[in-house]
Amino acid sequence: MNDTVKKPAKKKVELDPRFAGYKGVWVFIENERGQVHPVSWELLGEGRKLADALGVELAGVVMGPPGERLAAICQEAFAYGADLCYLASHPALADYRNEPYTQGLTALVNAYQPEILMLGASTLGRDLAGSVATTLGTGLVADCTELVIEADTRNLASTRPTFGGSLLCTIMTQRHRPQMATVRPRVMAMPEADPARNGRIVEHPLAFVEDAIVTKVLEFIADDTRDKPNLPFADIIVAGGRGLKRPENFQLVWELAKVLGAEVGASRPVVQAGWAELDRQVGQSGKTVRPKLYIAAGISGAIQHRVGMDGADVIIAINNDPNAPIFDFAHFGIVGNAMQILPALTHAFSAHLAQARKAG
Amino acid sequence: MHSVVCIKQVPDSAQIRVHPVTNTIMRQGVPAIVNPYDLFALEEALRLKDQLGGTVTVLSMGPPMAEAALRKCLAFGADDAILVSDRAFAGSDTLATSFALAATIRKIQENMPVDLIFTGKQTIDGDTAQVGPGIAKRLDFQLLTYASKIVAVSPAEKRITVERRAEGGVQVLETRLPCLITMLEGTNEMRFGDMADLFRAARTPVKVWDREAAGIDDPGSVGLKGSPTVVSKVFAPKPRAKRAEIVETADNDPAGLAVTLLAKVFTQHPKLDRELTKTVG
Repeated sequence: MNDTVKKPAKKKVELDPRFAGYKGVWVFIENERGQVHPVSWELLGEGRKLADALGVELAGVVMGPPGERLAAICQEAFAYGADLCYLASHPALADYRNEPYTQGLTALVNAYQPEILMLGASTLGRDLAGSVATTLGTGLVADCTELVIEADTRNLASTRPTFGGSLLCTIMTQRHRPQMATVRPRVMAMPEADPARNGRIVEHPLAFVEDAIVTKVLEFIADDTRDKPNLPFADIIVAGGRGLKRPENFQLVWELAKVLGAEVGASRPVVQAGWAELDRQVGQSGKTVRPKLYIAAGISGAIQHRVGMDGADVIIAINNDPNAPIFDFAHFGIVGNAMQILPALTHAFSAHLAQARKAG
Repeated sequence: MHSVVCIKQVPDSAQIRVHPVTNTIMRQGVPAIVNPYDLFALEEALRLKDQLGGTVTVLSMGPPMAEAALRKCLAFGADDAILVSDRAFAGSDTLATSFALAATIRKIQENMPVDLIFTGKQTIDGDTAQVGPGIAKRLDFQLLTYASKIVAVSPAEKRITVERRAEGGVQVLETRLPCLITMLEGTNEMRFGDMADLFRAARTPVKVWDREAAGIDDPGSVGLKGSPTVVSKVFAPKPRAKRAEIVETADNDPAGLAVTLLAKVFTQHPKLDRELTKTVG
């Protein structure tokens, strides 16, 4: 019914002896058409900490069609902290499809037996993680925001937001292995790449044949990314909320964003009201962002919103309610009318930048 | 065409509050609704029925009060509703939930073969997106997640073509029936049930099946026993140690506030200033 409302576990639960030999931390390196999803590198950064806490190796799992690209991805994985990579190539893995990827990843887990397996909570990662966990009959925790090894049991404690982000819960998989977790893009920090790091590649043959795979990809229609907002990777975001009162006032957010070369974000209520597109929604049910600067105008800072932007380096909040929760976690605040403060900020930032240009 | 739509009754998350002292969820008075994502799944199933005829069965696992959510779906136009409800299910995680729902669908298939299973992309309370894939794997159905459009269905040839939202684009996939589809939000708009539907819904009983009726022999495969994950702690997020530095001026004039704010931000974060001037300036 719900994985979040159980009574807290009290007694210590022993690991099923079948899984005693499971060792090592794995990160699924998501790549499509040769492009690695950055969440995989973020997970290697996190995986490194877990592997070091356990005193075990960190492995990347690289799957895809045969070709030189996969070996290059393994090298990149070493740079981001992997000690080794399991490489499984097969022509049927050219495009992502649930069936061959589930079979392939399940086969790798059964062959090499990791204790922890992490995937990005992307559309691909969620599709694959749920399928692999069910096939293996093990526990999977989605959208983790914190992963810690319990010192006494060596179990993974996975913390995630629940009930739309109003609460956090810590979930354990005590009896089964691997312990699986997904993490949304930008929740973990991007590690520094060290190109001098190296590792070993373990190639694993996959036995399936294309004819036995039922689902076929007829076509792939790439997104037109030219005008598509990419909030998770934006350096600066100006976001607006219900405090802007009317849809036409949202234009003030756009004007400040234009001066800063920023992306425009929005809270859930204004996306639901149709003031901004769904791709711009920041929060638990939208995007997780990690910009260097986040300006929140007329956003109260409900926990649903906070979990999506808490990782910003600098948060500036404008709200007319001095008790708005956003002031509890923003770094700087102005208590005032966002409709007046936004144009003033637009003007002040323009003047500052113009001066810097003159000086530079 | 026989479609089974899996739905969940959820608390309206927009109205959930956390008790400031005890840090527990205050459920009292929070209205229960049909998980909004599931309505896109139901509407898609009803559209297929409009086109091709057939039956739409709505299925939910939950406490007895979840019957209200199934009633709502009947009023929208579903033909049949089944609630699997048993104390043995309490505490089920996503793996145990998919076990119970898959078993129930096998039972449904004994009366009428199932061509399609629909679910929403995820729920708004758990947000895991794991139960749909779990059901598909357990039933050995093909799995199509994040479907944005059903392009074509041929019940005679047992084929279906859908568009699926993937990373960086849309995949057009063709597969065999039966299959399980999780529908993306915003793909359609839920209809209002007409008067005939409302009257029919009022007359249609929601079937309530317990564990045994759902064909689950071993109580250990569901509930807490059947769940590999255990919630060890539930807590409210910690407030940040320091509150925001509130910028004020003598008259709090917007222009003055803005200039003062910038000066403060850039003095404390000179790197941000340099990066900003480099990229924009």
